Amino acid sequence: MDDPVISISGLRKSYGEVEAVRGIDLDVRRGEVFAFLGPNGAGKTTTVEILEGYRKRDGGELSVLGEDPERAGREWRERIGIVLQSGNLEPYLTVAESLALYAGYYRAPRPVEEVIEAVGLAGKAGERAGRLSGGQRRRLDVGMALVGDPELLFLDEPTTGFDPEARRAAWDVIAGLRELGKTVFLTTHYMDEAQRLADRVAIIAAGEIVARGTPEDLGDRESRPVRISYRENGREVALETTTPVRTLNELTGRALAEGRELEALEVSRPSLEDVYLELTKTP
Amino acid sequence: MSLVWHQLRYDQKVFWRNPAAVFFTVLFPIVLLLIFATVFGDQTIDVAGGIEITTYYVPAIITLAVVSATMQTLAMSLVIAREEGRLKRGRGTPMPAWVFIAGRVGNSIVVATLMLALVALLGRMLYGVPIPWARTPELLVVLVVGAASFCCLGIALTAAIPTQDAAAPIANVILLPLYFLSGVFIPDDELPSGVIDFANHFPIRPFFQSFFDAYVPGSAQAIAWDHLAVVAIWGLGGLLLAARFFRWTPRGE
Repeated sequence: MDDPVISISGLRKSYGEVEAVRGIDLDVRRGEVFAFLGPNGAGKTTTVEILEGYRKRDGGELSVLGEDPERAGREWRERIGIVLQSGNLEPYLTVAESLALYAGYYRAPRPVEEVIEAVGLAGKAGERAGRLSGGQRRRLDVGMALVGDPELLFLDEPTTGFDPEARRAAWDVIAGLRELGKTVFLTTHYMDEAQRLADRVAIIAAGEIVARGTPEDLGDRESRPVRISYRENGREVALETTTPVRTLNELTGRALAEGRELEALEVSRPSLEDVYLELTKTP
Repeated sequence: MSLVWHQLRYDQKVFWRNPAAVFFTVLFPIVLLLIFATVFGDQTIDVAGGIEITTYYVPAIITLAVVSATMQTLAMSLVIAREEGRLKRGRGTPMPAWVFIAGRVGNSIVVATLMLALVALLGRMLYGVPIPWARTPELLVVLVVGAASFCCLGIALTAAIPTQDAAAPIANVILLPLYFLSGVFIPDDELPSGVIDFANHFPIRPFFQSFFDAYVPGSAQAIAWDHLAVVAIWGLGGLLLAARFFRWTPRGE
């Protein structure tokens, strides 16, 4: 049971001259929410679609639920759920009908009412998908991936283009998947989404993984320089230091001796966002 | 098999809830029948030993309705489902691909059969065109061969349609001229024989011929096997092209 749910080593994929994925290694463990974070065009969708069995890889070893997605069959598909990047709902079917249609594809589906509840669409069961808001559609999308009661869910940019309220609702749904014991592989280009939802994060830029870890220690934030800023004679002063205690002591000691304040004094570690932007910066 | 039934049930719901599909597939052929019957009235024409023009138009409009319910409906609905990623998403489930196609084909055949019944009944009630009950088996054979063949052609056609927006124009550019040249809109005694010879090489004219022969009592044989064979060969060609070129993912992926 301790085998990784997804195990990738040396994964490669090119489109013509363009190398979209250049040798990726990663493991996803059972029951975790794993975020694959990166800017648009970094290779996220290519990777996730290789994992889902939609695309063929050019090289590397790959195991998803113990099988090679390129050769996996119906049994394997019973165990995964997929939410593609763009919504793919049938506008003329209601929420309950869309879920019942998909439930029919699986051997042991979850009850439709339960799924409606889980994705927060109670009260919308009889509404046609074409009349739902963007956020509600996405939740129905997740519901359709969930109705087969899969072990592993792929969510490709589940909240892109959402307003803050809809994002928050979608986050609640995804957080709920963890409670259900599902393994979730999520792609996103939102830093805060990865931070909020994921147990572990890998950052991809230009087809390569540039950082990985828990959201807390991603990019080794602890050991990065601390930024100190304040105002002096109406002028902004900012400096970075790896010895913040000493620097601060000197600064405050001097200010104290001169009998003045350090206006707007701020000490901060680089935010995850700073780290992310630095790591994914295109040269 | 129960999975095909499951898929078909939902495809039926989707079809009947789509106003454009219902209008063009169900209402439009009926409107055409009413227009032709009204415009050309009580004329008799020199076809099959002289028949009333309404007797000509009933099987003609059924031909159009069957082609529309199968080839046109499938081509359009599959392209839309493909470009909106619904085909791709369905492929990500355990449902076998053939079930999805079987559901759509089944849906087309249900609608085609219904249109046959509806137009035949209207022809009987409004214009006194007799329904050839004794030839029900022959009619069904022609219907099934025709519907299956035009379904294959519709699926094959999707490979030539790049976007949702292009689906209707491309289908119409192919079908409308063929309806004219095949005597569906204009009785074939008005058409130069060269036109008919030309149309005989395409599937609509032979299908119309087979259907007409089965439907109109005076015609020589109940099933024109030679015409029906041409339809089936086209269908087979469509099937081969579909098997080779049908795409499940949106263009550009």
